[in-house]
Amino acid sequence: MLSGTARRYAIAYQTIVIKEVARFLRIWVQTILPAAITMTLYFLIFGNLIGPRIGEMEGFRYVQYIAPGIIMMAVITNSYANVVSSFFGSKFQKHIEEMLVAPIPNWIIIAGFITGGVARGLCVGVVVTAVALFFTDLQVHSLTVMASTILLTAMLFSLGGLINGLFARNFDDTSIIPTFVLTPLTYLGGVFYSIKLLPETWQIVSFGNPILYMVNAFRYGVLGVSDIPLPAAYGVILLFIAALWLLSLRLFNQGTGIKT
Amino acid sequence: MPALSIKNLHKTYKNGFQALKGIDLEVESGDFFALLGPNGAGKSTTIGIITGLVTKSGGSVSIYGHDIEHEIEAAKTHIGLVPQEINFSQFEPVIDIVVNQAGYYGLERTLAKQRAAKYLKALGLWEKRNDRSRTLSGGMKRRLMIARALVHEPKLLILDEPTAGVDIELRRSMWEFLRATNLDGTTIILTTHYLEEAERLCRRIAIIDQGEIIENTSMKRLVAQLDMETFILDIRQHLTEPPLVDGYHLRLVDETTLEVDVSKALGINELFRGLSEQGVEVVSMRNKANRLEELFIRLLDKSANNAHA
Repeated sequence: MLSGTARRYAIAYQTIVIKEVARFLRIWVQTILPAAITMTLYFLIFGNLIGPRIGEMEGFRYVQYIAPGIIMMAVITNSYANVVSSFFGSKFQKHIEEMLVAPIPNWIIIAGFITGGVARGLCVGVVVTAVALFFTDLQVHSLTVMASTILLTAMLFSLGGLINGLFARNFDDTSIIPTFVLTPLTYLGGVFYSIKLLPETWQIVSFGNPILYMVNAFRYGVLGVSDIPLPAAYGVILLFIAALWLLSLRLFNQGTGIKT
Repeated sequence: MPALSIKNLHKTYKNGFQALKGIDLEVESGDFFALLGPNGAGKSTTIGIITGLVTKSGGSVSIYGHDIEHEIEAAKTHIGLVPQEINFSQFEPVIDIVVNQAGYYGLERTLAKQRAAKYLKALGLWEKRNDRSRTLSGGMKRRLMIARALVHEPKLLILDEPTAGVDIELRRSMWEFLRATNLDGTTIILTTHYLEEAERLCRRIAIIDQGEIIENTSMKRLVAQLDMETFILDIRQHLTEPPLVDGYHLRLVDETTLEVDVSKALGINELFRGLSEQGVEVVSMRNKANRLEELFIRLLDKSANNAHA
């Protein structure tokens, strides 16, 4: 049985999550459907049309090899986009004040928004996986690795979206990071290729890209192959989560972007 | 224990603007308190600090004995806020806005729904409960914010210009609702530009100007400061010149309307007697301006003169 305060926190958290999930489900045409369409095109073009000419990669058909990366790419972009747009929208319309005037600690508000982002990331992940099954068979090498990697990655990018949302002053600010940072890092994060194909210098440069660790860990969970050792991948993901969590908490406590 | 206690509250914004210059204020539990002041005087900043939306630069604020710095959650539990600007999601259904707010205060979903129904019905919004909030009229949006602020049944309700842009009929129904809420035991702090509203509803009043409290007293005492009132008299006869009555300076507005200044010392009976003796029949009479408005402007002028002195 939870104490009075813990119960109050639990209800507040649950309320934020319900509100966040209801938001992205209400506008599913903007939040779920585009990912399904885009990823279908990726599978169609890179998997079915170009893939057979590329041949095998790491012992798998090309479409099979890129499927985990494409799923992960959808999870990354959608968990980030969900929190940045929802949080900035709540700042823009000022309804973030509904939470700020209530007796909710900042970490609960952060956790609520992050859970909303994770929920959308997972939801899109399931949809894209279903799309992938139309184009290729997907095996499950390790369900635990698959589930944990996708969950932690969605958490990480939801935190990133939240921090972006805190700093954003207008809608343009919400698209700068996704366009100029996230997309290039995702494309260069081993979604479409193994970094073993790159010259050694570029392989080393690639190790500085955190998305490489997430894509490869997830690929290991699905196919059992990875360019990165699993402990290193988990280490990087957890390190980033911890750093972004502490940063977002600090920004909230300082009132950055939300208080005058 | 006071509902609100503010001591030496300061706020300086990052751009250097000093919004509050050390204000002290106390609002008793159960009071209906008016906080008046011109635009930019510091009313909304004060409310922002009380409710945790603005960070104070100095001083202390406590709500029912809970300091907002050290016991912020306990303090917030007692407050309900109706802000000046519309601040709910324009895309959410009305009922969700109220139920979610209850959830932020830790109310179980079932209780939250019951409370939402209670306040949406009381404020005439129940029929609109499933509508998107952006489809509501301006007055309905204001009432929705009141329902949202009351859903956790706070002991202190703060309303920042709740009737701005609301038509007079609706405004009067909101007054009745707020009066009943106050009689039920909720302490209310109201900021408004409609001075008539403050005079009708509030028992105590503070006037803030340029970040300082320039008056803090009971409404009766404040109004009692007025030694002169201006009345408009509608008369039956058609006059070309104003009548002469000893002690009163009567002015002709048009041929059937008179304007007169009446001092408290002289009263109004002698005026009627004098007019009656001259065969002038008064059909109706009204204040030229709201009494509080006259006083308000006078106090602000005095404050401005002191600042320049």
